[in-house]
Amino acid sequence: MPETIIERILARAAGLDTVQPGQIVTCDVDMTVVIDVQFAHDRLADVRAVHDPDKVAVVLDHAVPAPTPRDAGHGAKARAFVAKHGIDRFYDVGRHGIVHQVIAEQGLVLPGTVVCCTDSHTCAGGALNSAARGLGPLEILQMLCTGRTWYRVPPTIRYELTGTKPAHVNGKDIFLTISGRYGDATDHALEFGGPGLASVPMSDRRTIATQGAEIGADFTLFPCDALTEEFLADVAPGTDYTRSDPDPDAAYADLRTLDLGAVEPMVALPGTVINNAVPLSGLDRTRIDQAFIGSCANGQLADLEVAARVVAGRKVAPGVRLIVTPASQQVYLEAVRRGYVSTLVEAGAVVTNSTCGACFGYHMGVLAPGEVCVTSSTRNFRGRMGSTEAQVYMASPATVAASALTGYIAGPDQVAEVAA
Amino acid sequence: MTSPLRARGRAWVFGDEINTDDMYPGFAMKLPVEEAAQHMFDATRPGWPKLVEPGDIVVAGRNFGLGSSRACAELFVHLGISCLVAEQYNSLFHRNALNYGLPALTVPDARTLIDEGDVLDIDAAAGLLRNETRGTEHHIEPLPAFVVELIAGGGLINRLEAAGFLDRNDATTGGNT
Ligand code: SF4
Repeated sequence: MPETIIERILARAAGLDTVQPGQIVTCDVDMTVVIDVQFAHDRLADVRAVHDPDKVAVVLDHAVPAPTPRDAGHGAKARAFVAKHGIDRFYDVGRHGIVHQVIAEQGLVLPGTVVCCTDSHTCAGGALNSAARGLGPLEILQMLCTGRTWYRVPPTIRYELTGTKPAHVNGKDIFLTISGRYGDATDHALEFGGPGLASVPMSDRRTIATQGAEIGADFTLFPCDALTEEFLADVAPGTDYTRSDPDPDAAYADLRTLDLGAVEPMVALPGTVINNAVPLSGLDRTRIDQAFIGSCANGQLADLEVAARVVAGRKVAPGVRLIVTPASQQVYLEAVRRGYVSTLVEAGAVVTNSTCGACFGYHMGVLAPGEVCVTSSTRNFRGRMGSTEAQVYMASPATVAASALTGYIAGPDQVAEVAA
Repeated sequence: MTSPLRARGRAWVFGDEINTDDMYPGFAMKLPVEEAAQHMFDATRPGWPKLVEPGDIVVAGRNFGLGSSRACAELFVHLGISCLVAEQYNSLFHRNALNYGLPALTVPDARTLIDEGDVLDIDAAAGLLRNETRGTEHHIEPLPAFVVELIAGGGLINRLEAAGFLDRNDATTGGNT
């Protein structure tokens, strides 16, 4: 039977010839990933034996270096856990970064594999043709014990990309175009493909795949093409994997065509991205207090590069804080080597340690009541980044960087309006 | 009311797209579960946890639980919520609830059948919802057999313990046992 990407991967992982949407299947999990905050909630310390330590990674990301004694305790528990079970893939403070970035750059996310982590944005791995998703802490616990979990095979919505992505358009703009136009995709898988895909770099694919969680998609999947192979040759040289591309006659719940050439910079209004995004060109002048570039969605090297280019030789507007959080130590180091960090700091940005930090309103950049933030991170829920009385707008790194210079939500082409 | 699959209590009715950050604010992740539970819905219904009585039932609209994997279900269990009823769930949130031993039923027209404050009597295994306040009775989709078994057994933690995967630890519970 012809298969979509998710059907192909789940059938393989379940040891079945074919699967149907709605079917419940039990799958072997190729990589189970545990993060620092999970050490708060469950019974990890009571695990007698990890099913297969080679299929486990532990990444400290949400609250590192520890901002509270409680968080410090999670780190201590993580260290004890990896020692007890002989887990080699441990990314402790110093080798850390946001989990989805770290597992991708360490070559732990491969085409055709099933990857799971408690963080809801694990769907980021779909950019690398992996059935990656977030599941709750108890299920991760079960996977550690048994190596298996169950999935309900979701129906697939396919986005057929046509045209060519304009250089100034980010994956964030593509995603917000979709979420603004089509709303949620609850209980569905998203699949991207089509002739336009070749013009979408891996960094933008990763942004789009990450954000799939925001519209309730179970998985967000890209095929394995030349760009995927190039990325994997870099992070996982010599590793075998099983490409899982869709059949041309696969059955889709919906097929939507998106002309990349027509995508313009977008902004999500506070609260949700679902049916709540507008073109930047149509946004009323919106004053900001904070601009944030970071997170698993947009804290990549390419994002920092764009930000540095926008702010080079200019200054952050008075009264505005620009906070930039590289997605991993590796991204941070490369951004230092390439001079992006000095460019950003010269402009008045605060470049922080690599962590989830401000993205989930936990540390290093939370908002006060009444403040307005424009963020390139994943979520604009009320209260997400601090006070429930703060407003969080979402946009691409280029838009966020430009907004930091102007003091209101703006694109790079509007920066010239203010004195350099 | 001994079976976790039977619930009787007052309904609290919420809207569409109630998200996890509203249920479990980021700063509350710094707190022990008992305290974190007191901050559920700080943004949209401040003070709500104080009004909850054991057995109460949370009713919601579409895409209930959009957001993160934070253990919101554990907070509901902690407050004594006996059952969730929603028109549609976010799958991550839904699975979390079931794994914490909290029955979470899908009722596509929930907010037509139920008003805030109605007293409900629910049999999650049989798929029966009685609205005592209105005097109506509705057949709803029962939980699938494997989920019934999971909840009857007190959730995933109990199952893992019973199977010998976890050392027993009475200091914490994963389900509503
Ligand atoms: S950066 Fe934000 S969205 Fe990404 S994993 Fe961390 S908290 Fe979650």
